[in-house]
Amino acid sequence: MNTTARIWPRLAAFAAAAIVVQLSLSAVGKVYYLTQLTMAVYYSIVVMGLSLLMGYAGQVSLGQGAFFAIGGYTSAFLTTHNMAGYRGAAWFDLLDKCGVIVSRKSLYDDTLVLTLAPWLAFMVAILLTVVIAAVIGYPSLRLRGHYLAMATLGFGLIIHCVLIGSPALGAADGITGVPRLSVGGLAVSGKSAVRVQNYYIAWAVAIAVLVLLRNLVESRMGRALRAIHDSEAAASAMGVNTPKLKLEVFMVSAALAAMAGSLLTHYNEGIGPSESSAFKSVRYLALVAAGGVANLEGALVVSTLLVFLSLRGWFGTYDNAVFGIILIAIVALAPQGPFRQLGLWMGRCRTLYKPGKEARSGAS
Amino acid sequence: MLLQVRNLRCGYGSLEIVKGVSLHVDAGEIVTLLGANGAGKTSLLRAIAGLLPIWSGDIRVNLRSVVGEPPWTRISHAMMLVPEGRQLFGDMTVWENLLLGGYHNLDRKRAIEDVYERFPHLKGRLRQLAGTLSGGEQQMLALGRALVARPRLLLLDEPSLGLAPLMVREVFNCIKRLKEDGVTVFLVEQNAVAALEIADRAYVMETGEIILEGEAADLVTNPEVRRAYLGKGYKEIWE
Repeated sequence: MNTTARIWPRLAAFAAAAIVVQLSLSAVGKVYYLTQLTMAVYYSIVVMGLSLLMGYAGQVSLGQGAFFAIGGYTSAFLTTHNMAGYRGAAWFDLLDKCGVIVSRKSLYDDTLVLTLAPWLAFMVAILLTVVIAAVIGYPSLRLRGHYLAMATLGFGLIIHCVLIGSPALGAADGITGVPRLSVGGLAVSGKSAVRVQNYYIAWAVAIAVLVLLRNLVESRMGRALRAIHDSEAAASAMGVNTPKLKLEVFMVSAALAAMAGSLLTHYNEGIGPSESSAFKSVRYLALVAAGGVANLEGALVVSTLLVFLSLRGWFGTYDNAVFGIILIAIVALAPQGPFRQLGLWMGRCRTLYKPGKEARSGAS
Repeated sequence: MLLQVRNLRCGYGSLEIVKGVSLHVDAGEIVTLLGANGAGKTSLLRAIAGLLPIWSGDIRVNLRSVVGEPPWTRISHAMMLVPEGRQLFGDMTVWENLLLGGYHNLDRKRAIEDVYERFPHLKGRLRQLAGTLSGGEQQMLALGRALVARPRLLLLDEPSLGLAPLMVREVFNCIKRLKEDGVTVFLVEQNAVAALEIADRAYVMETGEIILEGEAADLVTNPEVRRAYLGKGYKEIWE
């Protein structure tokens, strides 16, 4: 109950930090950093979703990259695949009458390109991903243990192979030429003219997701999740349907990955198969661990920062290795997350340098 | 007959713990199941609550078989378990524990008010973490948490475990009051003297089987009850 009250100052801090970063980057003439920051903020939505799954439902998914890719590819395919040839078909006319078909000139010649409206493709992308997540999650979450991790790992590898091997999806090149996603006067687009605007759109989406997940964690559902963590037997004696709850959380995390995938595809104007690689899924896992597992704010901050550095090329050719090392370091040195571990160490230092009566009893 | 168990067999792995137990609990009764450590009492209760799959036999609540149903559907039969060792959600507050008890009760706020009346002690500790309560308070909370679901049949597993004698008396008085309020109680206990004092009927279990049953008042004086606790050779050894 009290955590809900405490979230508003934190949100204000996030918003203030986002504004300060934008203003100072503009002041020093490095506005182009905002592009990578925007991308990093979108990626952090995947990490927050996985943090919910790992930290609150106690399940590990190694398929978040695949869900991201399914979301992105669905959006990309539906908004670039020219449906002009279907004109006259009953289903196409029906869609056209509903106003969900948009037309534009081809980039290369003057032919007319008819595609699904990006906003509808966005919805379809999320819906499709949630259905797939349900199909994978249903059998593996009935069993106790890490079956979901194994199932999603295998699923991710399959999706990766399918994407690379499908000419219709651009094979190794992926899909390019994805139009912007506009809602009202705002547009998710990577054009430099709307760079600042898009930076704030990304933050608005991420903060909205944070508020949503916070409320979820503090709700009846979140309470039940924490109860499962404490004692699964006692929770089910209270009437908590454990597998169903875990499945629901898994579907939420998949939906968030798909949402980020779709938004980022519009922002980057395309998507490639590398998004679905196992490296990406492990990277999300490492970022959740680095954020402190059951710590949504930590996930947002840490993943935005680290992904930004990665996108700026700080880690060079060791990019994937860096995230592997982070994961190992967290598990070995700070299994409760770096923030709590830092607090513990600071507490210990304080007791070392202030040898008083209380300090000694505290250190024992 | 509110609860009816017929020829129930269950266990862990290939080890048979409960070897064909039959018993019943009528509405409005307090029925106690007595027995020494390892007699299979808790396993039987876990099977009734759906937490332990059964090998054969039947469990009926209100004449409807609940065999094969997962544990979280038991509350739809108005049956609630207070597990051994209380199993409170220690990292959560008293208030959150009570809310979880009413996970399926839409009127949970009102039910929690009723729990305060029964256990006024809890009301002052709503924001305290359940893990920091004393043993007696924890047992009160465990009972209160179960009552928020408004069960008709309450399964209690060793509520006296680890409590001081004075606290045991208080907990058993609470159970007696529950009966007056129309809640049927199936009480698993090691503390035979205290349990027989409040129970209407009793079963005595030994190595997975029911060896005695009868009116609580009759069993108090039955030497067989003592034998079940102290082992088969107790006469030769102790007397």
